[in-house]
Amino acid sequence: MTRFVDLTLNGISTGAIYAAVALALVIIWRSTRIVNFAQGGMLMITTFIASALISSGASYWLAFVVALLSGFVLGGLVERLLMRRVEGKPPLNAVIVTFGLLILLEAVAGMIWGNTPRSFPPAFSIRGYSVGGTRLLFAPNDTFIVLVVLGSAALLALLFRRTTLGLRMRASAFAPEVARLLGVRVGGMLTLGWALASLMGSLAGVLVAPSVFVGPNQFDPILVFGFTAAVMGGLDSPAGAVVGGLLLGLALSYVGGYEGSALVTLAALVILLLVLMVRPQGLFSTPRERRV
Amino acid sequence: MNALLSRARIPAGARAPVIALLAGIVLFVASELLSEYNNLQLATGCYYFAALAGLTLLTGLSGQISLGHGALMAVGAYTAALLIGNEHWPLLGAVLAATVMAALVGLVLGAAATRLRGPYLAGATLAFAVGLPALADKYPGTFGGENGLTIEPPTPPAFLGREFPLERWEAWIAGIGAVVVLLLAENLRRSGMGRAFRAIRDDEIAASLCGYSVARVQLTAFVFSAACAGLGGALLAVVLQLAAPGAFQLQLSLSLLTAIVVGGLGSLAGAVWGAAFLVLLPGWSNDIANSFSLSTKVSSNLPLAIYGVVLIVVMLVWPTGIQGGARAAISRLRRARGRPGTGPGTPRKRELAGAASGPVSPASGGEAALTNQRGDPER
Repeated sequence: MTRFVDLTLNGISTGAIYAAVALALVIIWRSTRIVNFAQGGMLMITTFIASALISSGASYWLAFVVALLSGFVLGGLVERLLMRRVEGKPPLNAVIVTFGLLILLEAVAGMIWGNTPRSFPPAFSIRGYSVGGTRLLFAPNDTFIVLVVLGSAALLALLFRRTTLGLRMRASAFAPEVARLLGVRVGGMLTLGWALASLMGSLAGVLVAPSVFVGPNQFDPILVFGFTAAVMGGLDSPAGAVVGGLLLGLALSYVGGYEGSALVTLAALVILLLVLMVRPQGLFSTPRERRV
Repeated sequence: MNALLSRARIPAGARAPVIALLAGIVLFVASELLSEYNNLQLATGCYYFAALAGLTLLTGLSGQISLGHGALMAVGAYTAALLIGNEHWPLLGAVLAATVMAALVGLVLGAAATRLRGPYLAGATLAFAVGLPALADKYPGTFGGENGLTIEPPTPPAFLGREFPLERWEAWIAGIGAVVVLLLAENLRRSGMGRAFRAIRDDEIAASLCGYSVARVQLTAFVFSAACAGLGGALLAVVLQLAAPGAFQLQLSLSLLTAIVVGGLGSLAGAVWGAAFLVLLPGWSNDIANSFSLSTKVSSNLPLAIYGVVLIVVMLVWPTGIQGGARAAISRLRRARGRPGTGPGTPRKRELAGAASGPVSPASGGEAALTNQRGDPER
């Protein structure tokens, strides 16, 4: 029974990370119809920046904030300088450009910081809570991860639904021509969307870094599972990204705990296929009619 | 290629065999001229081509994206390695069985894929690419775990002489596989099924109103491309004498997709460019990295950085890939030489081509050349 509780709590905490990455992918998909495979590389770079700051003596929280801000700037730059040039081209071209960027960022990180993974401090203690004499596999740091991810997801939802800026961003994504006629700077809104998404990704990077370590390729699985979660939840739905992330985290935690870690990636495949068999556009998408 | 063939008055039905024959001759001559190391590269290019040709029909022609073809290559490679290593099957039988095995896996995956579109299909196939190699870890007794399965090198037949280099024999084996795939893929591309692929890619509902069963056509494309990937994987296992999980990481699937887009999506010439790109670029970028005196940190990562930059630059400069860029460059060259009407697709050219091949075989040749200029299949 304790094992089940442990696995559940652990699943929620890793699921929150997947949810953050999935959110980053969903925001970009909604605004520019691009699956941003470079997200894994972008959050890796910002986590390396935080890691470099910490090892040069800065406090954890300063590094945390700098990582998020640099993520924001990096996302905006990538959209402005690179992705804007492939908008309106065949969609696969944008995918290949994000692959190229992912590979380039990983190579650059390797050149600057080397390929050996390095450790990264957690924000809070990783000693599990003790309940009735048994120590749980859930620590204050996990509480922090879950709260920060859910909190920022809620903030994003507020931004998109309750503010004029959010309305402009949604308008630019869904009806760019109309939005432009109404005086919305559509290009700026797309850049902002990429910047916000990349900020969310950086958050995931800093939060997961203590358990996966920081290295050029350390975040690849996070990207794969984040994408799986986003597809599972429905690429058009931020709520779906959060739910998909948590569900995937839980499922993989149970499989890893009871069946061994070798089967985790295979389980992700099976779960994703099962979900897509029932709902080909993800759990939370509204089925859209296909028109001639 | 099409324009050349129509000028050479090759009847439409014979074009695929003629292309395959020419490719076979080129490969044979190349294998005789090249050094042993370059023959190994030729073999590598040939098994990549087999997988890429299938993938470019799937993604370029029928419009289904797959990030999982590396795992299908793994199916082929492991099947071939198991049959040759444990069951002592002959080479041809093992390679054919590997192709069939991959086609069966492709049938299952493709059946799931017919309901999925765009990024959802990408996600499912990506999960397949990441998930399948886990089986090798789960059953180390059968699949050899991390070390994989090794097989005996193929022995050149005795009549070729004792001195016949192994690398050239491997290049021949892989080359035969590539030529067979080229023949089948070119035939499929020109057939009614090829036209159905394109119809469904361009407009599903219109195509189904025309009587095509969308799911069946998509499944056909998926199974064919899975078989090609399986054949490519089996040839890989024969050439490397190894099937190990390290060769079939996610990177392989991603670089296959990358290669067909960079080469030129949907055309077999693009698949040739893509195979050349996969074989030659690592060597070149390594040479570049080693030609400067850099720290290990930088020089070990420089090839990767070059790869990333090349991907980005090719996509920005030639959105239709190397093949599209080459085609545009050739037609620009012709226009600059003041030969109006020889550019592809101009109305004048169509009339000329129709008139030129008219006398040869009025029934099919002229019509073929005519439709051919528009990039349509012959029949």
